[in-house]
Amino acid sequence: MTSLLVGHLYPDYLNIYADRGNIAVLERRAAWRGYGLDVQAIGMGEPVEPGRHDLLYIGGGQDREQALVAPDLAAKGEGVRAAAEAGAAVLAVCGGYQLLGRSYRDVAGEELPGVGLFPHETVAGERRMIGDVLLECELEPGLRRTLAGFENHAGRTRLDQSGVPLGRVVAGFGNDGQSGFEGCRVGRAIGTYLHGPLLPRNPWLADWVIAQALAHRLGEAPDLEPLGDELEGRAHAVSARRAHERGGRR
Amino acid sequence: MGGTAQDPSVEGSAAARLHWRPVRLGLEIALAHAAGRLSRLAGAGGGTTLPGKLLWKLDPGAIDLLGRRLPRGSALVSATNGKTTTAAMVAEILAPRVRLAHNRSGANLVSGVASALLHMGDAELGLFEVDEGALPEVVRRVRPRAVLLGNLFRDQLDRYGELELIAGRWREAVRTLPHETALVLNGDDPQVGELAGEARTATVFGLDDPRHAYATPPHAADSTHCVRCGAPYEYAAVYMGHLGDYRCPRCHHARQPLDVVARRIELDGLEGVSFDLVTAVGEQRIELGVPGLYNVYNALAAGALSLALGASLAEVASGLGRFHAAFGRFERIVVGERRILVLLIKNPAGANEAVRTLVDGGAPRVAVIALNDAIADGRDVSWIWDVDFEPLLAGLERLVATGERAAELALRAKYAGFDEQAIDVLPPLAAALDRGLELTPPGGELVILPTYTAMLALRRIVSERGYVRPYWERAA
Repeated sequence: MTSLLVGHLYPDYLNIYADRGNIAVLERRAAWRGYGLDVQAIGMGEPVEPGRHDLLYIGGGQDREQALVAPDLAAKGEGVRAAAEAGAAVLAVCGGYQLLGRSYRDVAGEELPGVGLFPHETVAGERRMIGDVLLECELEPGLRRTLAGFENHAGRTRLDQSGVPLGRVVAGFGNDGQSGFEGCRVGRAIGTYLHGPLLPRNPWLADWVIAQALAHRLGEAPDLEPLGDELEGRAHAVSARRAHERGGRR
Repeated sequence: MGGTAQDPSVEGSAAARLHWRPVRLGLEIALAHAAGRLSRLAGAGGGTTLPGKLLWKLDPGAIDLLGRRLPRGSALVSATNGKTTTAAMVAEILAPRVRLAHNRSGANLVSGVASALLHMGDAELGLFEVDEGALPEVVRRVRPRAVLLGNLFRDQLDRYGELELIAGRWREAVRTLPHETALVLNGDDPQVGELAGEARTATVFGLDDPRHAYATPPHAADSTHCVRCGAPYEYAAVYMGHLGDYRCPRCHHARQPLDVVARRIELDGLEGVSFDLVTAVGEQRIELGVPGLYNVYNALAAGALSLALGASLAEVASGLGRFHAAFGRFERIVVGERRILVLLIKNPAGANEAVRTLVDGGAPRVAVIALNDAIADGRDVSWIWDVDFEPLLAGLERLVATGERAAELALRAKYAGFDEQAIDVLPPLAAALDRGLELTPPGGELVILPTYTAMLALRRIVSERGYVRPYWERAA
């Protein structure tokens, strides 16, 4: 049986928005297709070895936890970038998304170093952007799909001109509350503010991430057998409705 | 607003202001009460909190003045988990001897405190549970003679922002307390124990019975990194979430010596729990009619605060012995030939304790879990993924998922490996209640775990259906 190896960065520090829900979804959906998924924690002082992991996952934390891991993560920067360049999939949520950019400046004005995988910089604002959010994405040309989630961030993330967002904001704040963009994509690496958690109610993205990780392992992505996803669809519909009703409001 | 009190064109000189103030307060109180009566007459509900909301809008300063009318002052209770139950326990202990103004229904924002003050009658002492975020404002206004701070867990991050923000507000509030105010702190919570600082003394309570520690800390533990230096704490015992006997290996920040301690804890399934309450003034065996380690924390907190307010150890023991469940917290309601057992869930730490207590008491085979996402529940439902539902799911034959976010809850169970075919997804609460009762044999008990607004809705449904509540049930 083919088994995917996932490197979960700092699970003891960055786990605030139910990141284990995302991991559970990846595990089950891989297993239902006959693939194993081993999750390895990558903690403080442990390097990221390019080529080793098929997927790197990093979740969100509160300011305090982010400040604790930021210097260590920056020191791993070269390994993370090299792993992504070698074709590993990356999924970064909320705080992890911020820290994989070039830099993060918190409310107190203190600047945390970033990894530089995503072409963006983040500056914390006074008011948090909190609420339900709905995106429209086109990860494969011509194939438009929606992502529904919840956002809660003080950081305003500005993509470079050349940066590719994960999606367009249909309802909610997104990266900075102004640009109409949310998240970032670089090859097989995805970063986003959406939690809720992200994957249970957006199973197509879970399958996309699994396919990217399999492509790293096998050289090409096999077709994943479709699943019923009836419950997932219901949860997505409620979440999407919430975003229309009350997303992006203060 | 309330700016008119400072407007000289209205009120003239300082002398005139002094003269005018009581008259104005009387008018405001009358107006607020009238609004409450009108609301009830109109059947609009909200009649109990409306007067407070109105007074708070009209003139926040009126709350300060009303607070000063209480001859024995006020005591405040705040915590993420357990404040309603703890305050109800304190009320049970003090009630025989002291007339209380108490926001028993759990309306715990500034307006809720204002409502309780408006209805104080001839009360001598104010006993107020206070929302974590509202604590600084309430402290400023009522100038409490005692403050109990129980715990800080991640809870409704969408409403409160990050845990650290609340901790910061609490530090600020504690700094502004007059020196004579008694401070009672949970020493097992690193963030809370740290509030005493060096400047003032505090009564510190905590558990000392490692037999009841978690073998492995629960997933949702929050403050497991040193509040001073950031290194991971080493725990001699974890009792609940991140609460326990901790020590930082790097800077040696550790749990403070305990002044009020629970030892020799004996859990009695779903029926109750007993423990030795050990204090500077003696020891007393406490027999509680509500279960679980979290209720030991609540009782310990209530005992420590009551002692600080002048109660005797004997009064503490008999008050706690009389205590029964508060509003929706392990509340049993007779529904025809069956009973329902309602355990409010609202955040990972509290829900974990509800699950742990249920499973220790003999895991149920059917459960109804109700997930709403109104402001009072938390609009962000991601917290259910941080709850360790697995031990409960392991014993379930059937799960009824209900509430506005029933599908999300069903997904939580599905991705934990629970058979999707064994889940009923029924968003309307009444339908879910019927389904749950249908799955429960006559004479049996149906376990229901609702979030806050689902709990209120559920109570409305059973009362509309005219089911008799147990005689000891004191409606809020």
